[in-house]
Amino acid sequence: MSKTLNRRDFIKTTTATTAGVATIASGITLTTFAANANENPVTKDKRWGMLIDTNKLTEANIDGMVSACQKEQGWGNEAHSTGDQKASWIKKLKVKDKATGKVTDLPLMCQHCEEPPCVDVCPTNASMKREDGIVLVDRHLCIGCRYCMMACPYDARSFVHEELTDQREHMPRGKGTVESCTLCVHKVDKGETPACVASVNSDAVIFGDLYDSTSNINKTLKKVQSAQIRADLNLNTGVRYSGI
Amino acid sequence: MNIRYEETQGRSLGFYALVAGLGVLILAAMGAVYYMEHNGHHVTGMSNRIVWGMPHVFALFLIVAASGALNVASIASVFGKKLYKPLSRLSGLVSLALLAGGLMILVLDLGRPDRLIVAMTEYNFKSIFAWNIILYNGFFVIVAVYLWMMFERRMNNFTSKAGLAAFSWRLILTTGTGSIFGFLVARQAYDAVIMAPMFIIMSFAFGLAFFILILMASYKWTERSLGDAVVNRLGTLLGVFVAAVMYFVAVKHLGNLYLAENAGVENFILFDGGIYTQLFWYGQIILGGLIPMGLIYHPALRGNRSTLGLASVLVLIGGVIQLYIIIVGGQAYPMEMFPGKEVLEGYGGIAAYTPSLPEIVLGVGGIAVALIAVTFLVKFLPFLPESLADKVADPHYKA
Repeated sequence: MSKTLNRRDFIKTTTATTAGVATIASGITLTTFAANANENPVTKDKRWGMLIDTNKLTEANIDGMVSACQKEQGWGNEAHSTGDQKASWIKKLKVKDKATGKVTDLPLMCQHCEEPPCVDVCPTNASMKREDGIVLVDRHLCIGCRYCMMACPYDARSFVHEELTDQREHMPRGKGTVESCTLCVHKVDKGETPACVASVNSDAVIFGDLYDSTSNINKTLKKVQSAQIRADLNLNTGVRYSGI
Repeated sequence: MNIRYEETQGRSLGFYALVAGLGVLILAAMGAVYYMEHNGHHVTGMSNRIVWGMPHVFALFLIVAASGALNVASIASVFGKKLYKPLSRLSGLVSLALLAGGLMILVLDLGRPDRLIVAMTEYNFKSIFAWNIILYNGFFVIVAVYLWMMFERRMNNFTSKAGLAAFSWRLILTTGTGSIFGFLVARQAYDAVIMAPMFIIMSFAFGLAFFILILMASYKWTERSLGDAVVNRLGTLLGVFVAAVMYFVAVKHLGNLYLAENAGVENFILFDGGIYTQLFWYGQIILGGLIPMGLIYHPALRGNRSTLGLASVLVLIGGVIQLYIIIVGGQAYPMEMFPGKEVLEGYGGIAAYTPSLPEIVLGVGGIAVALIAVTFLVKFLPFLPESLADKVADPHYKA
């Protein structure tokens, strides 16, 4: 005999299903970003960062960084998006000093702030910062409100304006959500360096643990002049530049 | 004199025509949403530079107006002005309806509106946006309770307490809405605490303009009497609010001009921003400010309902334009990323934005939702006094 579904049962079932789905979905989220605990635990003792020496970087180097990122993460081939709608996780900027006229080329991507404005404004905690300083978007929680894009001082985030196909296994992207540089977290957790850093293959771009006094980046930052973009905002960025 | 409230009949041809007209607008909006969500936002004019476009203009306009529409009720129950008391129920209703319309637009423009449940269950308490979700939901509850106190004779004694709670809540709510922009440190166009009080005063003007139009239309269409005492008082008040908005706009821009960091974006909006500059001076200041004030205060036009109606419409159009300049204009001008340097390539320049038809249709649909809600609720519940003739409504009436 078939049972008719009354309102109470319906509510019960729906609630149970919703709770179930929510639990499983958050589980997926965790596994997506979880580091392999045995190799590289994600802890506060580390702070991943990057030092970019614009004097040593050629324009070709920067173009190479951009295409390495595109290849690694699978963005940039959006078919329908036009102009500013296209994804842009890292871009090449040309800036000119107003007084001296000196022109500098630099790559610009998520600066992985210690105090990220995108994380502060995100209503659902989708924008988040890992213990080791990497700023990420949880695509399961992102509702696509774009407030983080309003808040980011570096124009570093992109909104997916269309349906996507042919995505990278490690980097699920979704229409209607926000994305940005992940500092190649999937590689970093395996002990590798981010794709853009690897593409330069010189000391023009150094990646490493800012806190580790034996790391190349830590030692170099102690020696050379470096700057943070919009340092006045006091966000303490993980990406540093020398030569600007 | 006792006020008698009565449902509208809602059986006339005009009523059905109004409902049908609004229904068409709402259906069109639903179609637009399906089109935008199905294809993705690439079919809109929005981009990674103009991340909030026309839907946000309409949504914030309605949300701001919603909190302001409650003022009429607050003047009665918080400040004890008897003239406004018979208007209180309608004030609460208009306020809820406008908020519903605005929130509908906001939600339907999300990249993932299907995840609304996430927004309701995952809160980041550092986010002004998350606070706004709580403030909007709370507003519905508080105003609903407030209306109940007004409707239920046994609860009438609590009206002023509920009114005070609703009034306080609405001030906090609009502060929250203004702070969405006020707390954006990265953007020179927004980063100013004056945004919050400016949004509050904007809400006074837009909300009252909506209220006046709805009041005059419903009394005309239901052939009930509406005396000059009420209408003229509301008209004068609208003039004061419009002037106050212009004062805040002046202070905001002058204050910003003083900071070298903001000179670029200020020059852009005020002087050389092309469409944005034109919208500012001709749309916001002249059409939405000076002309309505002229229509309201010119001695020859005093008590003239047509010109008051026109003034209210202009205040609303000016309001939409003002939000367009704040939201779209503020994003169009690039952020000052490298102080002392000029960005030659890769970023910068004025971001292009052409609102697409579906975005506008969605925005208009939000207004239609608000209006259809009012149209139906005044039919099913006694929101409107059967008469607001001077001898009924004016506490100082002398025959």
